[in-house]
Amino acid sequence: MKLKNLLALLVTLLLALAIILTLNNNTLFPAFGDVDLADRVSGQYLDSAQIDEIGAANIVTAIVVGFRGFDTLGEVTVLFISSLGVALLFGASRKQKRLDADFSPNFMLRVGSRVLFGVILTVGLYIILHGHLTPGGGFPGGTMIASAILLLYLADDQFRAKIKGFKILESASGSLYVVIGLLGLVLATYFLQNFLPAGTVGNLLSAGIFPILYILIGLKVGSEISGIIDNFLTEEDAK
Amino acid sequence: MTAFDILSLILGVMMVVIVFVAIHAKKMISAVLFLSLVSMLAVVAFVMLKAPDVAITEAVIGSGLVTSLFVFTLLATRKEGVK
Repeated sequence: MKLKNLLALLVTLLLALAIILTLNNNTLFPAFGDVDLADRVSGQYLDSAQIDEIGAANIVTAIVVGFRGFDTLGEVTVLFISSLGVALLFGASRKQKRLDADFSPNFMLRVGSRVLFGVILTVGLYIILHGHLTPGGGFPGGTMIASAILLLYLADDQFRAKIKGFKILESASGSLYVVIGLLGLVLATYFLQNFLPAGTVGNLLSAGIFPILYILIGLKVGSEISGIIDNFLTEEDAK
Repeated sequence: MTAFDILSLILGVMMVVIVFVAIHAKKMISAVLFLSLVSMLAVVAFVMLKAPDVAITEAVIGSGLVTSLFVFTLLATRKEGVK
């Protein structure tokens, strides 16, 4: 047992050393802040003329929903497939009830969770709505909404979210994402093109279709992860 | 050596040590909490590398959602033999 621990420590240290040495003497991995952006794709993205044209104050959003909007569609699809897998494994039977854990929430937990639920939900919605202005966006905001739902599950050991509504919301927002992409194809030239005016950089209503897409992504991610949480915390009803 | 280098060195060493402690923790629940701590340190590292978007996502998913799901799962499982 002792020898095994020592061996594990040795392997960890060797691995850390290997990683550090590889990254240190590598021309492909320059030090933090030393990258010449002119010969990379990101340099083109960061071009200020293009930012004015796009209208998103947060450059990460401009890349995620703008230049790489199609990749984001794929990312959302991956999440959808994983939630589908969880539902197949855990939610196959029709009758479901809450998992009985060796734990019942006390008064403080119940009241505190109800209070925190509103706060977390508001922060999540704020992060989604301001995705094109400040750090954050659809993915973290949607996850925050899902963790608010998780808090409700924690507060009440009989609570169950209305899963059917989540499923409808998820499919509707996923389809709308594709529809907006196709509208870009019809009204402009290519899939997911920004066909709305960019507006003033820094306004809440700016950057064309980015806020709309991020709201859709947020709703989709939030409802998907809430569905996964519900699948995790329920079990087959024996009777 | 600048302050940035020293801070990142401390962060990296702390993360490796805490991960090692998490692997060798006797109780499952403390392993989960150590893993959550590693995520928190990763958030600090992302903020230092000027990537606030990644930091927010890591904070919400790594130390919030995944930890609570693990805790819920641990609450729902029992050791064999104990009732």
